[in-house]
Amino acid sequence: MRKAATAHELPDTGQVRAQAASRPTSRPDMMTRLRPYLYLTPAMICFILFFFYPIGSIIYLSFQDWSLINLEAMEWVGLQNYTELVADQEFQQVLTNTLVFTFATVGISLAISFLLALWLNKKAKMYGIIQATVFSPHIISFVSVSMLWMWLMDPQFGLLNAVLEAVGLPGYTWLTDPSSALLSLILVNVWKGVGYNTLIFIAGLQSIPGDIYEAAALDRSPWWRTLTRITIPMLSPTMFFLFIINMISSSHAFDTIAIMTQGGPINSSNMLVYYIYEQGMDYYNGGFAAAASVILLLIVGVLTALYFLFMSKRVHYR
Amino acid sequence: MARVVLQQITKTFQNQKVVKGLNLVIPDGSFTVLVGPSGCGKSTTLRMIAGLETATDGEIFIGSQSVNALPPGKRDVAMVFQNYALYPTMNVYDNIAYGLRNRGTSKKDCDVLVKEIAEIVGLADFLKRKPSQLSGGQRQRVALARAMVKKPKVFLMDEPLSNLDAKLRNQMRVELTSLHKQLGSTFIYVTHDQVEAMTMGDQIVVMSDGNIMQVAAPMDLYQEPENLFVAQFIGSPPMNIVPAEGRSDQLWGFRPEKAVLLPASVSPVSAEEMWTAKGQIVSREILGSDTLFHVETEKGRVIVKTETEEIGQYGSNVTVTVAKPHVYIFDRVSGKKVGRLAERGQVSALAGGVN
Ligand SMILES: Nc1ncnc2c1ncn2[C@@H]1O[C@H](COP(=O)(O)OP(=O)(O)OP(=O)(O)O)[C@@H](O)[C@H]1O
Ligand SMILES: [Mg+2]
Repeated sequence: MRKAATAHELPDTGQVRAQAASRPTSRPDMMTRLRPYLYLTPAMICFILFFFYPIGSIIYLSFQDWSLINLEAMEWVGLQNYTELVADQEFQQVLTNTLVFTFATVGISLAISFLLALWLNKKAKMYGIIQATVFSPHIISFVSVSMLWMWLMDPQFGLLNAVLEAVGLPGYTWLTDPSSALLSLILVNVWKGVGYNTLIFIAGLQSIPGDIYEAAALDRSPWWRTLTRITIPMLSPTMFFLFIINMISSSHAFDTIAIMTQGGPINSSNMLVYYIYEQGMDYYNGGFAAAASVILLLIVGVLTALYFLFMSKRVHYR
Repeated sequence: MARVVLQQITKTFQNQKVVKGLNLVIPDGSFTVLVGPSGCGKSTTLRMIAGLETATDGEIFIGSQSVNALPPGKRDVAMVFQNYALYPTMNVYDNIAYGLRNRGTSKKDCDVLVKEIAEIVGLADFLKRKPSQLSGGQRQRVALARAMVKKPKVFLMDEPLSNLDAKLRNQMRVELTSLHKQLGSTFIYVTHDQVEAMTMGDQIVVMSDGNIMQVAAPMDLYQEPENLFVAQFIGSPPMNIVPAEGRSDQLWGFRPEKAVLLPASVSPVSAEEMWTAKGQIVSREILGSDTLFHVETEKGRVIVKTETEEIGQYGSNVTVTVAKPHVYIFDRVSGKKVGRLAERGQVSALAGGVN
């Protein structure tokens, strides 16, 4: 087989070489070496302009004391922005909130989506309708979602408390209490994200060949072992993908906070991106905003890297 | 070890009957082959025996037990799938051990059994590999080992060799046959390849369109086809079918290898004992030791199989002759075999004792 293949290739390469030799090029070596870089140049320029430059300038700006209203008065302060931030109680809370929110949202959302996907991964029409319903929040903008939930969670006129009271339970404080505001935001973000995650999970489940399950049935595999030894390993690339993109998007939560709580009450639902916005736009503290951005970048970067490091070994790619 | 009995088994998919009331006894320890054209319901029948498909009607027995209500895992059957259906995330060892562990076999016993089987099928060096790192033939062996290690009463195989190349297929055919002898369990084997069916099976079930056409041993199937379908399905090339002489409600048939070609100038001896037809050779295929002649005769086009050594003897005008005991009579409407033109023993002396 292999011999036949090379025999076929030989005349081809001969032809190509003959053409190259007959082409009147003054410095063929230089050209062949430079050509790939020439082809890459436009992409590289875009990349540098739109990715490296912004990241570089944010890092540069994080070492300055500056504000948007007076850009001339920029002053190099070294690591001072960072040391002040880290020592700041408010920032510590923002950081904790961000981590709690991110892990809770991703964890709960993926768990619910996975169970929903297992349940909805069937042929009957009803399941398609439920799937479409669950997916619908994904196509609504965050602004509309926030407005909707503000109404649902209204302590006096909201539907949620009305339901609670109807079944004899006390009303809940939802967005108005420091102990519950973050939880309410998690609820809203999970609700919005579950549809998309479920859809991707179902697609993953459907790509698992059915005869593997038939073989498992003949092997007397109990349902829980089929789940842990076959379904979950086969689905690990999907889980891996969803974990990463969910984590990145959750740690960047902004719209719901800005509309529903403005980080309150008393900073209890404030998170990094909203904090950066506050520092930069409300308090004109560009240095803090830039330093917090770099910290966010680092956190997401480190989490992603860690996850790749630990999980990629366990993930099965077909 | 167990026999398998199908009683009036029917399967309907979306109002379409694909298996139409099968009655079949598969004896204990037999190598039974289900063979038939594509879409005739072989896989569906096998899957009903495995419990992967529920029968719409009828009853299935394995041993003396009715298994209609039993899930696949409880039927004590093992199946080898056409594309193997190995667990992609598990290595070869776990693939083989999985069924044992689910039966509560201890880790230690499991280890012994898996290593033993791996030795038999020649996989001992590959136990740590994932299925994606194996060749087609090796995957096939894993699938076999996974089935064998459970020591089931019945082995079910759905075209297990169709993904292999011709050489490996031949080799596996021999291995499967000897495996069957070794294990002595009941094998039910699905294929659409009649060579596979004839060489491996000791009982062949010919199916067509959801019905059983004939159940017989390979030689009987070839020599005594019960109907036109079997006559034309088994044997390569298929049986020649010509109009019956003197009766419009019948058809006659004979195998290409039983026909003899004579140069047109030579008139056949003892013409009364022969079916004869004059014609012209339209084409010829040399298959190796045999050659096929396509002959356009006054009674229709027929194929004659002769030894390649003899092909020099013929011009283009020939007479096709067949000894009457080799001519089968079929009913034109029902396709059922009625008999032969003459009894076998009676004329064989005259025909030169050719069987
Ligand atoms: N799940 C199903 N739903 C609907 N029809 C089906 C289903 N499975 C099989 N069929 C139909 O049943 C008939 C028999 O199918 P089956 O797979 O048993 O054929 P087969 O004899 O195994 O053919 P092949 O040699 O091509 O594998 C076919 O017409 C097929 O279209
Ligand atoms: Mg089939």
